[in-house]
Amino acid sequence: MHDKPRLIALIAALTLSAVPVIAQIDLSGSWRRPGQTDNSYSREPVDLLGMPVSADGRAKALSYDIASLSATERQCQMYTPFYAFTGPFGLQISNEPDPITQKLVAWKIAGWIDRDATTIWMDGRPRPSKNAPHSHGGFTLGEWDGEALTAVTTHFKLGDMKRHRGMSSDQATLTYRFNRHGDILTVTGILEDPVYLAEPFVLTESFRLDQATTLFPLTACEPIEELPYLHENPGIVPHYLPGKNPFINEVTQKHNIPLEAVLGGPETMYPEYRKKIKDKYVMPPPCKEGCGGQPPAPPSPPAGGRGAPTAGRGATPPR
Amino acid sequence: MRRLKAAPTLVATTLILSGLVLVGPILPDGPGWARLEAQRGNAQPPRAPRVAAPIDVTGYWVSIVTQDWRWRMVTPAKGDYVGIPMTVDSKKVADTWDPAKDEAAGEQCKSYGAPALMSVPGRVHITWQDDNTLKVDSDAGMQTRLFHFGAAAAASDTAKTWQGVSVAQWQPARAIGGFGALLLRPAERSSTDKPPVPKGGSLKVVTTNLRPGYLRKNGVPYSANAVLTEYWDVYKRPNGEEWLTITTEVADPQYLREPRLIALPFKKEPNGEKWDPTPCSSRW
Repeated sequence: MHDKPRLIALIAALTLSAVPVIAQIDLSGSWRRPGQTDNSYSREPVDLLGMPVSADGRAKALSYDIASLSATERQCQMYTPFYAFTGPFGLQISNEPDPITQKLVAWKIAGWIDRDATTIWMDGRPRPSKNAPHSHGGFTLGEWDGEALTAVTTHFKLGDMKRHRGMSSDQATLTYRFNRHGDILTVTGILEDPVYLAEPFVLTESFRLDQATTLFPLTACEPIEELPYLHENPGIVPHYLPGKNPFINEVTQKHNIPLEAVLGGPETMYPEYRKKIKDKYVMPPPCKEGCGGQPPAPPSPPAGGRGAPTAGRGATPPR
Repeated sequence: MRRLKAAPTLVATTLILSGLVLVGPILPDGPGWARLEAQRGNAQPPRAPRVAAPIDVTGYWVSIVTQDWRWRMVTPAKGDYVGIPMTVDSKKVADTWDPAKDEAAGEQCKSYGAPALMSVPGRVHITWQDDNTLKVDSDAGMQTRLFHFGAAAAASDTAKTWQGVSVAQWQPARAIGGFGALLLRPAERSSTDKPPVPKGGSLKVVTTNLRPGYLRKNGVPYSANAVLTEYWDVYKRPNGEEWLTITTEVADPQYLREPRLIALPFKKEPNGEKWDPTPCSSRW
């Protein structure tokens, strides 16, 4: 008879031990970037449309010469974590469990040829001191909010916000918000930077689960001679002095968009800005080149090194 | 030593019961669970979508145009189709774009239909029209979308409109436990976790019955058979900011080689101070 209390206790213990847990979403897999936005578009070097850059951010962007990435010491420099939104490739995400408890320790977003891997720590470890060394990938902590994952990255180095268009500083913070809907993964990125941004820079990108997606994995980088004039004159630091960027009018000339809009700033990302430029914009002639509407070519890694300039841009010494 | 002969049976029964109790919420609308509840005499009338909303999307929201600026903030050049996976037929149609012709036909709103409306720079005001209908007004183009919860898809003979017929569905975050937890990777199980309270979720909206219109102001078409599927997600940041991301998928085999998949960010505003109703325009 004295077994009955033990049985009741056992039943109670088993029932109570079945503690519900949040139905966390599995993010792992290869996610293809459809490439249907201009997030990774980089045809014109001076194109800050809709980017909430500060005055310092604009000055920094205009001083940028793509040839700087071909300097020996910068060839292996990688883009910032924000490049997950502005780069050309998809995301390969995996999870890392604790080998003993099997509890999730981290999500990992694999690196590309020119973007460092991102490790999203889920174990609540402390964030490093603000004076801790910064890396290209930064330090990221993640937390579930219902079925959405929020991750915050700090401690990443100065680098491009968009490809060759604007820089974020080493004081920047990137917040990711991952929402999965079946085979679609939408990531919202909120980049904040007290140095080069006047307001948060928000970009969104949707990816599609696709095991056949093309990824260019991060591999060891070895500097090569990309531009002879830089190799022969290692003292040269490619840049443009204030007022000397030769590409500042390119978007205006090609698309009739007023220069004031091309130079960005927070007001350019709000709808009311349209009124400001309405009388200054005339629709350009029909598009003849690079107009889309055709099946796209598959993505390819950058030719030469990571910063190899395209012909005519930074390929020759500054004059 | 005496053995508990009945223990294996009791343990199994307990596990099954605890599993049933705690797995239940994973399928709150599942027929099996509803039947179980009915057998227990616990059946409750479903809550109205307005009351059951796992997220609050109401209020004024402004579109943040940080992407595709050149194709959204100004009317792009004829023939500028970058980014859209068009079919050959689509390009043929788009190449004939003539805004004057649209104006003459009274079709200035062709680029303000549901598949494109949330891409148009502007503000939206979201309110509950009634307990089952969410209303989305846009100041750009002065359009109104109605999201009907629990509605069936439109009949094929229903008149086609710019905003079509939208069927909405909440997708609340799920709680899962007991045996349910075993369905997940071991990584997701931990007896040391605090008992969770499911929170948040998404709004899924499927829109059909669309009057043919433009995905882009310069005449990139979508057909009457296009299907728009959206997922609305809200993110409240610790600093008080609220962001709305609308994942937008347009499927239209006639004019798209693959579904158009983009996501659009909106930021919440405290009031309608900047609300600026502006009629449709074919040219701007």
